Amino acid sequence: MSATAKSRRATNDPLWLRIVLIGISFAFVGVLLVLPLVVVFTEALRHGLGTYLTSLRQPAAWQAIKLTLIAAGISVPLNLVFGVTASWAIAKFDFRGKSLLITLIDLPFAVSPVISGLIYMLLFGMQGLFGKTLAAWDIEIIFAIPGVVLATVFVTFPFVARELIPLMQEQGNEEEQAALSLGASGWQTFWRVTLPNIKWGLLYGVILCNARAMGEFGAVSVVAGHRDRTNTVPLYVEALYNEFNAPAAFAMASILALLGLVTLAAKTYLEWKLQNQFRETLEPAAAEV
Amino acid sequence: MSIEVQRISKSFGAYKALDDVSMKVNDGELVALLGPSGSGKTTLLRIIAGLETPDDDDRSAILFDGIDVARQRVGQRQVGFVFQHYALFKHMSVFENIAFGLRVRPRGQRPTNQQIHDKVSELLKLIQLENFGRRYPSQLSGGQRQRVALARALAIEPKVLLLDEPFGALDAKVRQGLRNWLRRLHDEIHVTSVLVTHDQEEALEVADRVVVMNQARIEQVGTPEEVFHQPASEFVIDFLGNVNVFHGRIEQGQAVLSGLAAIDRRLGGERRTDHLYVRPHELEIERHKNGVPSIEARVSRINPAGAVAKIALATSDGDIQVDLPLERLEQLALHAGDEVYVSAKKARVFVPEYVI
Repeated sequence: MSATAKSRRATNDPLWLRIVLIGISFAFVGVLLVLPLVVVFTEALRHGLGTYLTSLRQPAAWQAIKLTLIAAGISVPLNLVFGVTASWAIAKFDFRGKSLLITLIDLPFAVSPVISGLIYMLLFGMQGLFGKTLAAWDIEIIFAIPGVVLATVFVTFPFVARELIPLMQEQGNEEEQAALSLGASGWQTFWRVTLPNIKWGLLYGVILCNARAMGEFGAVSVVAGHRDRTNTVPLYVEALYNEFNAPAAFAMASILALLGLVTLAAKTYLEWKLQNQFRETLEPAAAEV
Repeated sequence: MSIEVQRISKSFGAYKALDDVSMKVNDGELVALLGPSGSGKTTLLRIIAGLETPDDDDRSAILFDGIDVARQRVGQRQVGFVFQHYALFKHMSVFENIAFGLRVRPRGQRPTNQQIHDKVSELLKLIQLENFGRRYPSQLSGGQRQRVALARALAIEPKVLLLDEPFGALDAKVRQGLRNWLRRLHDEIHVTSVLVTHDQEEALEVADRVVVMNQARIEQVGTPEEVFHQPASEFVIDFLGNVNVFHGRIEQGQAVLSGLAAIDRRLGGERRTDHLYVRPHELEIERHKNGVPSIEARVSRINPAGAVAKIALATSDGDIQVDLPLERLEQLALHAGDEVYVSAKKARVFVPEYVI
C-alpha cells in the first residue's frame, strides 16, 4: 500500500459516511428552509400576478409596509448610534461596570420577545407605571405607533454593538493614539481613522439589525394590540391568514421572504469582505527589506 | 528643544510603574531609555508624549524648553511618536499616512495640496521609499512600515521625536540596518529624540546618552562609554552585557579572587564589598600559576566563531565566561578539559566610584 493511500485512509472518513452526512444536511435544509420558501412564493403567485399585485395594493397593506419602514427607519439609526457609542466605550476605555454593560446589551437576545412587549405594557399601558401621566398628557404609546417603534428598538438593540465590540477590541487603540499625536481632534480621529476601520463590521451589524427590525413579530404583536393602524408587515400577514385570505397573506409574506434573501446575500458578501480585511491585518507582507 | 522631567511618578492601581523619576534631555540630543520590560521606560516615554498622565503631585513637571507642558494634550505638544507596532492607518496609502498630520490641521494652518504633496515626496525620499506612495501598509515589509511611521511622525515637524521600541518587532539584520540609518538621520535633522529599547547593544550604538532604568527608577545616566565602562550599580553592569561575579577583595590595586558568587538579583542596588565584577574580556587565562592571584578552572567549551573566542570554564563553585582574542587562544592552544588558571586584569566593586 502506498504512503498517500495510507494517509488518505487515516484522515478521511469512508465515502458512504460522507454521502450520508452531506445527504442528511441537505435534506434538513431542503425540508425545513428551502421548501417553505418555495411554498411562500408559489402560494403568493398561485392566483396569478394580477391577484398578487392587487393584494399588495390594498391600503391596509401599504399601511403595514409604511409602519414597518418607520419602525426600522427609527430603530436602525438609533441602534447604530448606540452600538458605536457602546462598543467604543467598551473597547477603548476601562471603567467600573463594564462587564455588566456587556451583559445588559445581550438582554434582548436572552429574553423572549413576548416578554419585552409585556415590559412596555407594564411601563406605558393604561394600568402601567407611567400610564396615568401619559394619559393626562394625552400621549399614546401602547396600541399606537410609538409602542411599535419602542418594542422594535428593544429587540434590535444588541445587533450593532455585538458586531462591533469584538472587532474594536481586536483593533486596539494605537491607530487612534497615533492620530491624536499627529494633532487630529477627537472628531477627526473618529471620522478618519476609527470609522473606516470598522465600516464593514458596522454595515454587517446594520443589515442584521434591519432584518430583525422588519421581521419582528412577538414584541410588536403585544404592544400593537391587533389594530389596523398599528399593523406591521409580519402582523398584517398573521391578520390576513386568520381571515382566511391566504393569497394576500402569502403575497405579503413573499415580500418579507424576499427581504430575507436580500439580507442573506448582503450578509454573505460582507462576511467575505470582512474576512479579507481581517486576513490583511494579520498577514505580514511577503518579504522583509 | 530640551526636555526636562521632574519628579514624575505613575501608578497603575497598586503597581508602581515610575517612582519619583527626574531626567533631562538636551536640545538636539538622542537619548535611549534602556531597561528590562516592566522597568517603566515606555511609561516615561508615553508621559513625555502626553499619551499618559503622571500621578498628581505639585512638585512634578514636564518641561519643553523650560515651559511646563504637563497640562497640554498630546496633540498640542507637537511630538512625533513612533509606535513599536507602527500603528499605520491600514485603510490609507503610504502617501496619505504621511500626509495625515498636515491634512488634519485647522483650516487656517493647513498647507495647500501642492505643499502637502511636496512635503510628502520629500519625506518619501528621506525614507528611501520614493515609489511606494500608492501602496498600502499591508503591502510593505516590517522595516518599510516602520520607516513610513517615522516619516509620518516627521511630517508635522515635531519639536521632539519619541520612539517606542521602534525596531523591536523586526529581525536582527533589518534592525541593524535601521539602527544605523536612524543615527545618520538624526545627525542630519538634529531633532531632540528619545528612544525606548530593551536591547543594550542598540542603546549603546545609537544614543548620545543612555538612561538605564530598573524597577520604576533610573539606575544611571551617562554616555554609552560611561555606562558600559563605569557602571554605577550591579544592575547596570549585569544588564549591559555578560559579567562574572567573584568572591574576593582588592589588595594593593590588585583583584584577589577567592571563588565565584552567583549574581543575586534580590540584592538590587545594594553594594556588596566582597563581590568583584569582571567582564568576560577582562579575564585572563594562564596555563601555569605566575604569581598573580588566580583561581583554578577547567575549560568546558570553546567557541571561536566570532570576533573573540568565547570560552566557558567550570570551577568548583560554578561557571565562568572568558572572551579571549583569537591570537591568544591560538597561543595557549586550549582544548576542552584543560586545567587552567583564571585571573582578572580589571575588576569592580560597588563601593561608589571605585574601579581599579
